[in-house]
Amino acid sequence: MLAYIVRRFFYAIPILIGVNLITFTLFFVVNTPDDMARMQLGMKHVTPAAIEKWKQAHGYDRPLLYNDQHSGLSSVTDTIFFDKSVRLFAFQFGQADDGRDIAHDIRERMWPSLAIAVPTLLAGLLVTITVSMLLAFFRASYIDFAGVVLLVVLMSVSSLFYIIAGQYLVGKLLHLVPISGYQGGIDAWKFIILPVIIGVVGGLGSGSRWYRTLFLEEIGKDYVRTARAKGLAEIRVLFRHVLRNAMIPILTGVVVVLPTLFMGSLILESFFGIPGLGSYTIDAIRSQDFAIVRAMVFLGSVLYILGLLLTDISYTLVDPRVRLS
Amino acid sequence: MIKPVLLWTDMLIFVLVAVVIVFIFYARHHEHLRAPWRQVFRSRIGVASLLVLSVYVLIALLDSVHFRLPLATQSVGQQSQQNQQQEYYSVEVLSLLDIALLPLREQGEKTYSAPLATELFARETVELADGGRQRFYPRLEYGGAHLKNPAAERNTDLLKRSAVAIVMGLLIWLVLMTPLLWMLARRRELTLAAMLENILRRREAVPWFVVFMVSAMLLILIMLMVWLAPYYHLFGTDKVGQDVLYQALKSVRTALAIGTLTTLIMLPFAVLLGILAGYFRGWVDDVIQYLYTTLNSIPGVLLIAAAVLMLQVYIDTHPELFATDSERADMRLLFLCMILGITSWTGLCRLLRGETMKIREVEYIQAATAFGVRSSRIISRHILPNVMHIVLISVVLDFSGLVLAEAVLSYVGVGVDPSMHSWGNMINSARLEMAREPMVWWALVAAFVFMFVLVLAANLFSDVVRDAFDPRLRKG
Repeated sequence: MLAYIVRRFFYAIPILIGVNLITFTLFFVVNTPDDMARMQLGMKHVTPAAIEKWKQAHGYDRPLLYNDQHSGLSSVTDTIFFDKSVRLFAFQFGQADDGRDIAHDIRERMWPSLAIAVPTLLAGLLVTITVSMLLAFFRASYIDFAGVVLLVVLMSVSSLFYIIAGQYLVGKLLHLVPISGYQGGIDAWKFIILPVIIGVVGGLGSGSRWYRTLFLEEIGKDYVRTARAKGLAEIRVLFRHVLRNAMIPILTGVVVVLPTLFMGSLILESFFGIPGLGSYTIDAIRSQDFAIVRAMVFLGSVLYILGLLLTDISYTLVDPRVRLS
Repeated sequence: MIKPVLLWTDMLIFVLVAVVIVFIFYARHHEHLRAPWRQVFRSRIGVASLLVLSVYVLIALLDSVHFRLPLATQSVGQQSQQNQQQEYYSVEVLSLLDIALLPLREQGEKTYSAPLATELFARETVELADGGRQRFYPRLEYGGAHLKNPAAERNTDLLKRSAVAIVMGLLIWLVLMTPLLWMLARRRELTLAAMLENILRRREAVPWFVVFMVSAMLLILIMLMVWLAPYYHLFGTDKVGQDVLYQALKSVRTALAIGTLTTLIMLPFAVLLGILAGYFRGWVDDVIQYLYTTLNSIPGVLLIAAAVLMLQVYIDTHPELFATDSERADMRLLFLCMILGITSWTGLCRLLRGETMKIREVEYIQAATAFGVRSSRIISRHILPNVMHIVLISVVLDFSGLVLAEAVLSYVGVGVDPSMHSWGNMINSARLEMAREPMVWWALVAAFVFMFVLVLAANLFSDVVRDAFDPRLRKG
């Protein structure tokens, strides 16, 4: 087990290097730092001196890959590639364009993101499994048919609609909770509850449909027939046998997204003004702060790879038939 | 003379149409392809959603024939007349749809007006002739302009026009459906009445009853639009007074382009790499797996954002490459399709890899290998046709997700060009109007309704296609 984890860990390194090279190419080779400076300073009336000053202030005034003004090791280290890309491996994200420390911001904004993402995941799992179990219980009946139609309709609605409609209905018409904003501590639930509900409803359609197929697949298997032949009640068959076996794909599907919960939801957070990592990313994209976008790309990849690793491990934990080799 | 403009996405759309037509002809002569499609056409949901989709496709195709109109040639001086016959073209790129929707396009108001309104949404202060001032809702320039007393006449006028539209829709429906019925009757060698009875009693394999009902509904809706839109703003007007219905219709092409071109662009890579990885295994498999794991591990939205930001910098620093604004916006649309393709091909690639691994162990492949058939031929003759159903299913399944993604990306600010009509851009700009009191809701609703109908139809259709093509689900 440990050997497997170590091996997977080494397997992750080339992938991260690949991610790093892709982002480096995207950010520095396709467009020169001069372009970036011009973009940041505004397109017109930019003097070369101003560009130089901007580049110096943000550390872009060095060669891309190889610095021939130095010798030895520092000819490689005193370059944009080393400073902006290689340092990411040590989680040194550097400074944003407004001078704030990115790593500090990430640590601070992680908590609001988690405060939304974790309840959304748990509540979503509960609701989705309940709905799909009900549909599986009433399979091949009009209730099942109507339920599936409803789920397809839910799937076809844009997630933006759920957010806008939810904000309008709950926040503006009923004045139950504030429309947006965030506050730490005990009062946080007021700001969390609406995004969580909307997140759950938004994921209900596709999630329940998928789980329903999983359940129906299990229901058709022999061991279920045996369980019924033993005289077990349908409810007991569903919960004791079908649910437990269908939980394998469900759980592994959940495990893979666990690490990325840190990244928060881009859209929910920015609509509800929650100071998490999702809105952080969106703000960075909108203000074209490339340092933050780069850091988030790297962080996202690390978390995704971590998710893959956790999935493989969780397979062995929930399904004894799978052995890691 | 008008000057035709072939945008990059237009070209790809036409290529796609050509591919579809060739495929239809090919499939007609191959029973194993005909059988699943027959199942699609025998499903009630299948034909209904296909009809709805075809209306969207028609709008998008009309909107894909672009040209530039010549500017009115003014004889500036005799010298220039002698010098050259060069014509100057408007910088505005129009499409056939723009011509069809000319009244909607031209009849702009000053600012917001509610759906079917005859007055502006906000009061204005107007100076009267005697020097006094008065605040009232000014009449719209075009919306309900033919009415003398809008407050009293509007509703009856609307009813009258709607009634005419419904009657016209039904008439056109009759004109279109009678030959169809006649053709069907001839093929079955029945009388018209017997055929009609067959259809009404649902005795036909193809659900013609559904076809007739859905097309009646669609025709009535279209006729309502045709009869009402020139006189009223059906979905109101936006901040600068542009008709919202016009924007929503123009957005159809953007949505369909993103939904289809993305897959068209990524398909060759996904199919080729997936099959190669599964067929050759070994180091080829390792390299390809590494490639897609790496691409997959970058969060999709962030990769798109980074790429689109970079493209925007490139476009802004190279304005000389693009003759018109639409060409620039089109470039961005194409690029968005490409980058969406890059982020979305990995799923299909992985599926194809797994399926190829299974197929290559089957006896007939081993027989082919034993006969000394080259790998390239085995792949093209034996493996490719056997994984095509996976490709088709995933193309159809991806479509609705891509249409929905466009709206989200536009909201993030990395979607299509802000000057391009798209539902995402409509939602994005309408979002700020939510805060107005009273609320300006119509642009939002129009965008959501158009998007919802398209995505719902696509979802239903893709379910039917999947059921028909997935061999695991095929019955008997």
